[in-house]
Amino acid sequence: MSTTATTDINHPDGDGSHGEPPLITGNLSFHEITDLVSTHTEKKTPPLWYVAFGLATSITGLLFLMIAYLFWNGTGVWGLNNPVGWGWAIVNFVFWVGIGHAGTLISAILFLFRQKWRTSINRAAEAMTLFAVMCALVFPTIHVGRVWAVYWMLPIPNQMEMWPQFKSPLLWDVFAVSSYFLVSLVFWYVGLVPDLATLRDRTKKIWRQRVLGFLSLGWTGANRHWRNYEKCYLLLAALATPLVLSVHSVVSFDFAVSIIPGWHTTIFPPYFVAGAIFSGFAMVQTLMIIARKVYNLENIITISHIERMNIVIVLTGSMVGFAYITEFFIAWYSGVQYEQYAFLNRMFGPYAWAYWTMMFCNLFFPQFFWSKKLRTNIGFTFFASIIVNIGMWFERFVITVTSLHRDYLPSSWDYYTPTIVDILTFVGTFGLFFTLFLLFLRWVPMVAIAEVKGVMPKADPHYYEDHEGDGMAGDHIPHVKPAS
Amino acid sequence: MLKNLLRSAKANMSIYESNDDDEYGLLAEFSNPATLMHAAEATHKAGYKHFDTHSPFPIHGMDKAMGLSNSRVGYICLLGGITGLALATWLQWWTGSIDYPLNISGKPFFAIEPSVPVMFELTVLLSAYAAVIGMLAFNGLPRPYNPLFYSKNFARASDDAFFLFVATSDEKFDKEKTTAMMKELGSLRIEMIKDQGSVNVGNGHHDDDAVQLIEEIETVA
Repeated sequence: MSTTATTDINHPDGDGSHGEPPLITGNLSFHEITDLVSTHTEKKTPPLWYVAFGLATSITGLLFLMIAYLFWNGTGVWGLNNPVGWGWAIVNFVFWVGIGHAGTLISAILFLFRQKWRTSINRAAEAMTLFAVMCALVFPTIHVGRVWAVYWMLPIPNQMEMWPQFKSPLLWDVFAVSSYFLVSLVFWYVGLVPDLATLRDRTKKIWRQRVLGFLSLGWTGANRHWRNYEKCYLLLAALATPLVLSVHSVVSFDFAVSIIPGWHTTIFPPYFVAGAIFSGFAMVQTLMIIARKVYNLENIITISHIERMNIVIVLTGSMVGFAYITEFFIAWYSGVQYEQYAFLNRMFGPYAWAYWTMMFCNLFFPQFFWSKKLRTNIGFTFFASIIVNIGMWFERFVITVTSLHRDYLPSSWDYYTPTIVDILTFVGTFGLFFTLFLLFLRWVPMVAIAEVKGVMPKADPHYYEDHEGDGMAGDHIPHVKPAS
Repeated sequence: MLKNLLRSAKANMSIYESNDDDEYGLLAEFSNPATLMHAAEATHKAGYKHFDTHSPFPIHGMDKAMGLSNSRVGYICLLGGITGLALATWLQWWTGSIDYPLNISGKPFFAIEPSVPVMFELTVLLSAYAAVIGMLAFNGLPRPYNPLFYSKNFARASDDAFFLFVATSDEKFDKEKTTAMMKELGSLRIEMIKDQGSVNVGNGHHDDDAVQLIEEIETVA
């Protein structure tokens, strides 16, 4: 197709967007968008990818090693002690599930709010969701102690006639997180189908054609198909929105439904959801800032996208900070001395260092994003995204450990420290996450090609109307009756 | 009667029968979304039913231009949701209070409140999968064989080209007249696609024998 520049009297800004800044910069044609994204799955694998992949798989190997060691010896290899029965396993589980939530927020909630800028980042963010949830699911699976009985969590008919205990928040978690994974997976795949068809139509290699032909389901971009497809996508977004809010609410029930001081609060569901979005957006920033640079996607994932995500980060960070202060206030206002003690102990007790790390990273640091200069600064954003994720990990640590380590009976108070197995297992999940993410970058179009094309001004039939009368469409191809 | 119903149902999925000469239909390329929409509207107004447009992304307003009604995927989704809700309610009630009642701190064997999370999750899960299955069913997908894949030019339908396809199975179809109409509407290139039933087609394979080029105009670059 013609790639003629369209700067003229009717389109002074060159993109026909009537004054709004364009979402996609560089005045790219549809074909250039296809090329820009597809080539990364088609070209020869870059050596750097092998280096990164080798590193990531080695760390994944460490994860499996640690899991094998745990299965052989039992949960005694972890740093758990008597009052602290829940340690890093639950902290890491909540951390990873939380990371995943930004993907669904970007793909579903921003879709419902017609935030067109999401199209540049939603594919990668959804992939991040899936991989983060996989990492999260590792922990509840391995933390049960008797791992051979883990299938008891599912309602499978068995000879003992035993069923799961549906009154337990931990079982709600099983249903919430697995439903979340399955719905995210299908949402991601449905979004992928038109792009897999694009790759199928471009490739010359026979096996690639067969695999992509199988996965793209014979998609031809027929409008009769788009009609049902768009409705289905809208429904999935509408279903994923309450789902994502429910998942972290249910995760927070693990704590809130118990009667431990510091856990038994009604603020947990909304505050967990805000925290999840906060940490997830930070993770998207970390990944996208690297990917847009390495894969030359600066025109598709623009500074404006990064700035918008930073606005979400400062918003949700402030919500989380507000929740910390509210919790503290309510603990005092409740008049319950155990509750009051739990919170004072968080601030000034043996884990004060973790508490103040959390406060610094989650409440204080994101406030820098009020400055436009800082939130449009790539280097600072990258640094801040890492700080935020450290902070959010500490939040889960503070909630889990500080509430447990000093319970009602002072004689059983203890100090919890992780062992090397705890630490290496957590490090190992990062290996798993990056292994999967690198495979995604290599084999799957990392930007939703069809969706990005759909939000370009050129995709709107009205874009071509301004030229009515001169017999030329916006791309300078005659669209009236040709001379024959 | 039944055959006609089936034919129109398939036409709604963009699946058509070829005529006695194995001709599947006319594939006309247009320059941009606006000309395609204009052509689709004109084709619809001329009384054609077995036609479709192919574009790399959904074009806003095309359903109206083609005279298509609202998608019915929502009903399937609703059915899935009701099934999920019923399944979750039955599962928790039957396992907890009929099959193996367990007295836990004197709590009721079944109550709505602790059952809500699982009810909600299964409702969402089954609705989502029903929506996807419904979408695939209404679209007649997966469909690995499609005569349109014979055309090399059609591979660009998923990249940057815009096509209108009129099937020979349409009652109003007439090779000369329909071609003339497409030319009039400003098609850049018109091809006749033949349905040869070859197993190798699709997934990027093309077959020039099955494609007869009727018209191509010079584009002003």
